[in-house]
Amino acid sequence: MAESIPADAMHAHDDHHHTEQSIWSKYVFSTDHKMIAMQYMFTGMAMALIGGFMAYAFRMQLAFPGIDVPGYGTVTASDYNALVTNHGTIMIFWVAMPVLIAAFGNYLIPLMVGCDDMVFPRLNRLSYQIFLLSAIVLIASFFVPGGGFGGAWTAYPPLSAKSQYSLTALGSSFWLVAVALEFTAFLLGGINFVTTAMNARAPGMKIFDIPIVVWMIVVASILFMSSVGPLIAGAVMLFMDQNVGTAFFDPDKGGDPILWQHLFWFFGHPEVYVVLLPAMGITAEIMCVFARKKMFAYKTFLYTTFATGILSFTVWAHHQFVAGIDPRMANIFTVTTLLISIPIAEMCFIYIATLYGGSIRLTTPMLWALAFVAEFLIGGVTGIFLGASGADIYFHDTYFVLAHFHYTFFPIAIIGTFAGFTYWFPKMFGKMMNDTLGKIHFWGTIIPFNFIFIPLFVLGAAGQHRRIYNYEHFPELAGVEMQDMRVLATVSMLVMLVFQLVFFYNCFISWKKKQKDAGKNPWKANTLEWTTDSPPPHGNWPELPTVYRGPYEYSVPGREEDYFPQNVPD
Amino acid sequence: MTSRSTASLRVISDPRPVLPSAVLGMLIFVVAEMMMFAGLMSAYTIVRAGALGWPPPGQPRLPVEATAFNTAVLLASAAFLFFANRAYTRNRDLAKRPLFTAMALGAFFVVFQGYEWVMLIRQGLTLTSSIHGSFFFLIVGMHGLHAVAGLTVLGRAGLKLSKGLLAPSTFAAAQVFWYFVVGLWPVLYFMVYL
Ligand code: HEM
Ligand SMILES: [Cu+2]
Repeated sequence: MAESIPADAMHAHDDHHHTEQSIWSKYVFSTDHKMIAMQYMFTGMAMALIGGFMAYAFRMQLAFPGIDVPGYGTVTASDYNALVTNHGTIMIFWVAMPVLIAAFGNYLIPLMVGCDDMVFPRLNRLSYQIFLLSAIVLIASFFVPGGGFGGAWTAYPPLSAKSQYSLTALGSSFWLVAVALEFTAFLLGGINFVTTAMNARAPGMKIFDIPIVVWMIVVASILFMSSVGPLIAGAVMLFMDQNVGTAFFDPDKGGDPILWQHLFWFFGHPEVYVVLLPAMGITAEIMCVFARKKMFAYKTFLYTTFATGILSFTVWAHHQFVAGIDPRMANIFTVTTLLISIPIAEMCFIYIATLYGGSIRLTTPMLWALAFVAEFLIGGVTGIFLGASGADIYFHDTYFVLAHFHYTFFPIAIIGTFAGFTYWFPKMFGKMMNDTLGKIHFWGTIIPFNFIFIPLFVLGAAGQHRRIYNYEHFPELAGVEMQDMRVLATVSMLVMLVFQLVFFYNCFISWKKKQKDAGKNPWKANTLEWTTDSPPPHGNWPELPTVYRGPYEYSVPGREEDYFPQNVPD
Repeated sequence: MTSRSTASLRVISDPRPVLPSAVLGMLIFVVAEMMMFAGLMSAYTIVRAGALGWPPPGQPRLPVEATAFNTAVLLASAAFLFFANRAYTRNRDLAKRPLFTAMALGAFFVVFQGYEWVMLIRQGLTLTSSIHGSFFFLIVGMHGLHAVAGLTVLGRAGLKLSKGLLAPSTFAAAQVFWYFVVGLWPVLYFMVYL
């Protein structure tokens, strides 16, 4: 087992092991942005399967405590902690980040701004290699003596700092090193994204001709790079507390455990926008194409994003309302938290205004995009309850919080990814996906998703705390009604997992040429990636394009066709 | 291969980037680094403000004067780098001497800091002797690592320069990093030593 799992993370390369050199340099050591995007995409998807498997194991334990989980075995208390911790860590750092930012960013930025590759291709390759290493270290942490780290994805000390509490001396350090490596990888990636979008645009592409998804990935990268520093500092301090015997977070020796929480959340809250923005951008692209309308308020959207980015640095302590912070401080953070809901709401209104009066085509990508907005709204609205410090003293660390962030993260990491993946699949692989299968997969994911997390809101409001592995030990939480809801959530999750097979089957048959060729521009879209072959050749275009207008000129009055590609002269 | 069927004769001028890519990339990196040091310094400030006495009793005094001298050495290194850049824009060969002087001064700084560490450790200030020692070695050590990295970057630029291969943007990026290393130090000195 110990050897097979790391190999899994590299599964994208498995088939190429025994073939000749050129294949190695094409698939493994490539500096081509499209290949690196695919490496990130498939590594991220493999990690999603691992993270999903963990969720399966611990949800089974919650619904049927003590059961011998098929395919896993009995989930012990420490297993449970390690599974929950690493599920969260993986889904955020090894799925949402690599897929939404690294994979889509790498694939789309050069193609959408009209250049042949990233500005620093070798840095790009290095970024993926470090990322892959980080995934391997994380998975290895499960197989070291003591097992995987179980101190929650937020890694608060003293649990994370002292092995006499966590009992996972090695696992904690592996976890920390893996996270630090992952940050390094994204730092390198982010430098590339911003520089490429700023410096390598096609002739004629002005700053407001850049497609919104590129902007979103750029802003997300800037947010990431300006928030991650303090956490890297914190990680170094935590690592030294674990292994060198310093006491940065130990109050007995003059340190301060709350300090970690500040360093973590100063990064942690901007991080949620880091993953949110790319998904928002993907959604915007898809909506314009399938509503055949110009994006409503492009510039407002952009400025709103900047404002959100800045505000997102001022809200972090809303995660610490019960950590003993000064109530006057709590008030300030309540106000900033409520303020930041405004730009997010505004962006949702922009979507609605974009759709208004359009000729909407409910293709699979469009369904995902619409679902993204609808489901994310629930996540955003429940965030407001949590941001009010008075309410949060009750809600904190209950399943209400858990349901809140799953209603934000699931739309982002899963719905957003499926939206982007199904939309750009024809470009990436040159084939159309089967639309019927796509819709079956869509409904088979969305309906169970709500049946998983709505019960968890109710449970949270009823006082069910997070991070408890067996509620039978808590009489007031072990009632039949509450247990029934846990079972409902778990069964819905099983249903959702099964429907993912439809997706993989659909990918497989579409890719195996059972579907029709996509051609260059199957959706009749305007942006530059649709002006080259599908899949694009090395170097993207035989001759780089020139840009004459913004990306969303749909249904232009007086034009025969209802779209007007960016590279077509007037 | 297909070519652009919609090719047009209209010429659109290729806008020159405001900053060369190497410089922009380095600047972004430096911003991330600054945030990291900001995190360290705010952690340090918070712990220091909450402590009963600083430095904690029984811990040696930091060598304030000697380090002030060393700070001056580091600043001088930045000045020589500035001269190197001026020379480089006129006659590349003239840039060698100031560049190597800048590196020598930077190396002196690192060695001198190391010597200081040895003395302090002898006097009982270690990474684990107190929270004061932990922060001192962490912050100064982090800066030292950056200084070593900066010297490497300058060294590579110097190597290219002597081969006549140094591109202006590479040199500019190296300078950005070294100025960051130098510019950061007085702030750290002020907050940690004084
Ligand atoms: C309108 C915006 C939002 C508001 C007002 C908001 C507010 C909050 C608040 C106050 C908490 C702390 C609850 C507690 O621990 O007691 C919280 C937790 C959380 N939120 Fe949000 N949120 C918003 C959007 C988002 C988004 C977009 C994401 C993700 C992409 C997200 C992810 C999370 C996560 C992961 C946690 C829990 C962290 C943990 O304790 O493990 N939130 N949110
Ligand atoms: Cu937050």
